[in-house]
Amino acid sequence: MTEEKTPVLETKSLGIQFGGLKAVNDVNMQIYPGELVGLIGPNGAGKTTIFNLITGIYQPTSGSYFLGGKRMNGLKTHQVVEAGIARTFQNIRLFKKMTVLDNVRVAFNKDMKANLFQSIFRTPYFWKEEEETTKKAMELLKLFKLEEFADQHAENLPYGKQRLLEIARALATDMKLLLLDEPAAGMNPVETAELKESIKMLREKFQIPILLIEHDMSLVMSICERIYVLNFGEILATGTPDEIASNKEVIEAYLGKEDDDEGSEA
Amino acid sequence: MPKKIKKSYIVSFIAVVLGFLLLCLLFDTGLLGKKSAYFNGLLVVGMFYTIIVCSLNLLTGYMGEFSLGHAGFMSIGAYASAIVTTLIANQAELPGVVLYIIAILVGGIAAGIIGVLVGIPALRLSGDYLCIVTVAVAEIVRVVLSNFGIPAVTGTATFGKSFAGIQKVSDYHYVYITMVLCIVVMYCYIRSRYGRALISIREDRIAATASGINVTRTKVLTFTISAFFAGVAGAIYAHYITTLVPTYFNFSKSSEFLAIVILGGSGSLTGSIVAAPILSALPQLISYVVPSFASYRMLIYAVILVVVMIFKPTGLFGGKEFSLYGLLEKISGRKKDKKEG
Amino acid sequence: MAKLIQSLANGLNLGSIYALTALGYTMVYGIIRMINFAHGDFIMVGGFTLFYLIPIMLKLGLPAWFAVFVAIIVCVFVGVMTEQIAYKPVRGQGSTTALITALGMSLVLENGALVLFGSAPRNVPPMFSLSEVKLGSITIPGTTVLTLVIGIVVMVLLTLFIKYTKLGKAMRAVPEDKIASTLVGINVNRIITITFAIGSGLAAVASMMYTTSYVSIKNELGITLGLKAFVAAVLGGIGSVPGAMIGGLLLGIIEILVKVYMLPGTYEAVTYLLLILVLLIKPTGLMGKKVSEKV
Repeated sequence: MTEEKTPVLETKSLGIQFGGLKAVNDVNMQIYPGELVGLIGPNGAGKTTIFNLITGIYQPTSGSYFLGGKRMNGLKTHQVVEAGIARTFQNIRLFKKMTVLDNVRVAFNKDMKANLFQSIFRTPYFWKEEEETTKKAMELLKLFKLEEFADQHAENLPYGKQRLLEIARALATDMKLLLLDEPAAGMNPVETAELKESIKMLREKFQIPILLIEHDMSLVMSICERIYVLNFGEILATGTPDEIASNKEVIEAYLGKEDDDEGSEA
Repeated sequence: MPKKIKKSYIVSFIAVVLGFLLLCLLFDTGLLGKKSAYFNGLLVVGMFYTIIVCSLNLLTGYMGEFSLGHAGFMSIGAYASAIVTTLIANQAELPGVVLYIIAILVGGIAAGIIGVLVGIPALRLSGDYLCIVTVAVAEIVRVVLSNFGIPAVTGTATFGKSFAGIQKVSDYHYVYITMVLCIVVMYCYIRSRYGRALISIREDRIAATASGINVTRTKVLTFTISAFFAGVAGAIYAHYITTLVPTYFNFSKSSEFLAIVILGGSGSLTGSIVAAPILSALPQLISYVVPSFASYRMLIYAVILVVVMIFKPTGLFGGKEFSLYGLLEKISGRKKDKKEG
Repeated sequence: MAKLIQSLANGLNLGSIYALTALGYTMVYGIIRMINFAHGDFIMVGGFTLFYLIPIMLKLGLPAWFAVFVAIIVCVFVGVMTEQIAYKPVRGQGSTTALITALGMSLVLENGALVLFGSAPRNVPPMFSLSEVKLGSITIPGTTVLTLVIGIVVMVLLTLFIKYTKLGKAMRAVPEDKIASTLVGINVNRIITITFAIGSGLAAVASMMYTTSYVSIKNELGITLGLKAFVAAVLGGIGSVPGAMIGGLLLGIIEILVKVYMLPGTYEAVTYLLLILVLLIKPTGLMGKKVSEKV
């Protein structure tokens, strides 16, 4: 780990309380440039809640989080995205009745400059920008081999492709950090292998750090450089995949309990 | 500009001009004889209905929210424009077209301002709650208009009951051009990055914010634009009918507009463009022939509305747009096929 | 002071009408998440039933208030038919379709009444001849007292019914979780129909209360009364039975007080302003529960 670098994302005793329940408590995480970090833990450990906290969907009730050293508390989701955090969702959230191309083009919106007047009166600038946006969107779709579906409604894509489209859409926001929430959930082994390739490809191409929530242990162990283990809303352990795999506490709290179904996959 | 789009714009433009010439031929040459004035009235009504129905469709079809208070925004446009033009007409003699332009601008801006003021707080709500707020706003506007007169304008204290003597400047030539402009603006709005953002919010609000869309701003902007055009429609109405009564702009009127949007197809501007003039003029035409029909009008509407909801909830056009250019292409394509085959 | 008490009595009178109507809205909303715009029109239907039946009852030598029972039957029939014919087919088609269908049914009933009965207001003959109640310098019409008493009795009975009977418990369970309710053996469709039947029956009672107090009815009664009652339901927290009662009574009192002590013509505007304020400050109303979206 390159300690001297400043982390892209840093959380300082981040936490949220719903009523009396501490869903996430005292979470300290650092993600450094170019890293692929896994976030694992049993169901209900608070993984997605952490994503919701650092994307402004929930506001933390304690602690704070920083993107590139800038404090992010209190920002709304779209401001967080503008600042550079993009994410996907556990239960796919695409714009179903929009075309695959438009799903990606929407995410370019924040960087588009054509104002209301230019858009309504169709000035040359409007057309130029639309053309450029379409080109950029198509390039992203090509990366995920989705270009042939560009004109189809997103809801008509096969499941695995929908997941990829969500990642493509997230990439369109031109982010500094990418959060992937269980991208392999519900995928068959072929699709998972494809996903693995896609993640490798986008790391090489975009050089961005990724924080990955995943239940598929073989995937996590094979591609992540570092892993945080969450249990009951708190960080239980952190380390390289090997360290985590041999960590007694983790095995007890997590792997141990679900040894049979998770172990067989791994 | 892509070539295909350019071609389709040209086709649409030609169609619009042809439509205008057709109307001129019907009405300006005395072809319709004595009935000309009557049909002229139906035409103007059909056109302002088209504007307000399209404006409501922006909300229902593209934002995915309901307004049952569009008659309220319309009344704001109607009254504001009427006050201004009456004041101006009292002071100076202006050509009708100038008064007309002033009227629609004032009407649109007044309704737009109220739209922003209502939209900013209210659009935090959605669904049924937002819908009921629009009802409440329209009812407040109606009650206020019924209770507070505008004595300074008309000279006599007309405490709300009616506002008479408005300049009749809504000539169908102007109204036609206004209607086309309104539709073009709304169409271009939807087919731009603004429209994409808007539709994405309708599809999934959370995914939209997570894609960097400022949900509140997009919604308020759309709501304001919609209110603006409702105001324009109101101004046209005021300067056609010349006497305003607050009770015209009631809940039933708002429901009628919404019903037309749904019947034409929520999310299809062409659906609204076809449905609005037909549904506003057809009942009038029928009652012209069968006078007793008038009282059945809304009942038949309502029954059709329920039946459509049960069997084809997406309406006539089902959220799709009709493209004249697309049709031409299809026809010419078919011809080519025949030749080749 | 006398004026105030008089106004409060009038407010409670109007309020209990709103409350009974609001109950119909809230029960249906609670169970199928739909604003049943037609509910106000059920009251209009009840009103016209009374208008035509009271003279017949008198001719037959029966007491006039017998007409109320017929009105209840008619309203329940109309309510259940509305649900079966129009609402059931669109269930599960999304809230948009439900809203428009409800609006459509409201327009069907309103304009059906226009075709059948015309647009002129009708005066419903009195059902009760009650003497005034005198409390010192204050006189309260007997009908006001009766309306209040009936209103309170109906509300208490309904609360007991929902709280303690098996059917009432099922009615509370369905909105919580439809699938789970099915799994524990509740026939959801039947419960929805029963909810409509009860709501429409309450509408008939409300129409009796309305006509004894305000006499005049017309085909637009459904909209004017219905919208207000809906406001009451939202004020109290839509979906909440006690909320509808409190919201209704509160709204009635506020309206009368504004009418008496402020500009009489603007009380409706005040009602709607209040609604907007409540929705903006606490969208779930006074007694409503918060529902948050799962991400």
